[in-house]
Amino acid sequence: MSRFLSFLVTSGLAAVTATAVAFAQTKPIPQAPRDLGIGRVATPEEIAGWDIDVRPDGVGLPVGKGTVKAGEALYVERCAACHGEFGESAGRWPILSGGEGTLSGHDPVKSIGSYWPYASTVIDYVRRAMPYGNAQSLTNDELYAVTAYVLSLSDIIKDENFELNEKNFTSLKLPNEPNFFDDDRETSEKAFWKKEPCMTNCVSESAKVVGRARALDVTPEEGKGPKVE
Amino acid sequence: MVDNPDDPRFASRRAFLRSGLVASGAAALGGSLPARAETVGNPANLPPNVPDWSRFLGEGVGVRAYGKPSQHEANVIRRDVEWLTASRESSVSFTPLHELDGPITPNGLCFERHHGGIAEVNPTDYRLMLHGLVEKPLIFTLDDIKRMPRVNRAYFCECAANSGMEWRGAQLNGCQFTHGMIHSVMYTGVPLKILLEQAGVKPNAKWLLLEGGDAAAMTRSLPLQKALEDTLVAYRMNGEMLRPENGYPVRMVVPGWEANMWVKWIRRIEVGDQPWHHREETSKYTDLLEGGKARRFTYVMDAKSVITNPSPQAPLNHKRGFTVLAGLAWSGRGKVQRVDVSLDGGRNWQAARLDGPVWDKALTRFYYEFDWDGRELLLQSRAMDETGYVQPTKAELRQVRGVNSIYHNNGIQTWHVRSSGEVENVEVS
Repeated sequence: MSRFLSFLVTSGLAAVTATAVAFAQTKPIPQAPRDLGIGRVATPEEIAGWDIDVRPDGVGLPVGKGTVKAGEALYVERCAACHGEFGESAGRWPILSGGEGTLSGHDPVKSIGSYWPYASTVIDYVRRAMPYGNAQSLTNDELYAVTAYVLSLSDIIKDENFELNEKNFTSLKLPNEPNFFDDDRETSEKAFWKKEPCMTNCVSESAKVVGRARALDVTPEEGKGPKVE
Repeated sequence: MVDNPDDPRFASRRAFLRSGLVASGAAALGGSLPARAETVGNPANLPPNVPDWSRFLGEGVGVRAYGKPSQHEANVIRRDVEWLTASRESSVSFTPLHELDGPITPNGLCFERHHGGIAEVNPTDYRLMLHGLVEKPLIFTLDDIKRMPRVNRAYFCECAANSGMEWRGAQLNGCQFTHGMIHSVMYTGVPLKILLEQAGVKPNAKWLLLEGGDAAAMTRSLPLQKALEDTLVAYRMNGEMLRPENGYPVRMVVPGWEANMWVKWIRRIEVGDQPWHHREETSKYTDLLEGGKARRFTYVMDAKSVITNPSPQAPLNHKRGFTVLAGLAWSGRGKVQRVDVSLDGGRNWQAARLDGPVWDKALTRFYYEFDWDGRELLLQSRAMDETGYVQPTKAELRQVRGVNSIYHNNGIQTWHVRSSGEVENVEVS
């Protein structure tokens, strides 16, 4: 708190100051001592057990190895029921392969091969969240094997005897990486910032209905929601 | 009242009086009676009779140790759209916006989005790990977090995919489904800045990884700047502890930014020097544009609004007469400055009335009152925020983004109100 604010508070103008601050909602963050003496140091063992993330530059890759061939057996057993035998997806479960060349079309298919920018995302995600319903259950060797097989479904790895490991992992590149760019809405959509939006006779012709939700009839029916006690 | 017979409100006034006369037979009182005849209710409970609840004792205190809504409000629930996802554990349920008013969402009705189901975390076994590019890696218990200096802030939390099913045209018939992936509650929590100061962030730090303790170990990369600005590590919503489905006991609050960043059941924060490019910021939550390029790190939720009443699930049952349009507006860039309403599909606009607190990056309630003469309406609302951003039409949005984005659809919504009072989600020319 600044000296000026302190003065206001102590001189009986606290209520006014407090109201202004409340409406701003963002200030002030309480000034806490840098060291509150709360919490304790995390041990290297504790960190190692939870620190499972992997980055595109390979930081975080666990030590391990696995071939496409070894991964196929694991995949068929633990992944294919949802993702399909060749990553084509069963039902509405996420698709893993295919869809190359569809991104600019009417029905884009966003698979690992067609859309994902980094191979590291695959190994990171499998490591933290797969198999669905039994997360963080794969050994590191199983992890490399399944990842190698999944990447082979998109021809990122072509040789079934290829052994993926923490040393060669970063040599894998996904083709769609160059097609991502950082948020630029504030410049590319600058036209949405307007001084005075139109208020009267904004369009000369009267409005016509050109599409209706009922034509599709996909809305859940009222009264058919989940049961409530 | 108006005297000009060409003014639509004049015709409305006459109809109003006429129906009042029919319903009551008392000409002198006609003007103050409802336009609609009272056709519902059990006569035994209506005047001059005395209902049971006025005669017999009800349940005493403590019977409802944790209060629930009236049994007559059983229809006011979160709903999901079954065909949308493969399983309910990785799915979404929607806030019933059309059943609510004011700027705050009740805890039990806040929309849900889980990637691996609800983690049922025992608060005694809750730990938050903070490590990476810090001087001192730390572990906090829930009691530790609750001992720290705390703040109270109301913020909206909107899924980037809210209205995502509407990119190609009107699809779902109800604002619960078109706009219900949003809620706005009062959080109590610790500024993340204070936690980071405890560990001592190293000078080369630029990004944080936020990781959930759920079965998806949901992760997002957060720029350090946002972490220091207004991000909270929150444990209460509307005064009580977070609900399990909203991240009990501790979640991230990242004001104005897409809800996927608001990692629930937060278990680990790692400080690093570059983004991690994890699944939820590459495969998902990137905006595919026309031509096949994709925009990433589109964190901010652009200004948006929707009329919640009337809407397809909440028709105008009174048919004509005095009518209140109610709606919600919000912006990830700051405060809502103004909301305009159109009754004719965007040809002419009138300023709506903002009511209640206008908080930074929170839901803001607006109303527009008018006499409805029973004619068909094409209702729209248009939000403008304090940066001057004006909510675009759906056509304007498709013009610059195409229809493949899924995320960040903040286009102006149109409701078609028929003379019967029935309402439908439509698109207009």
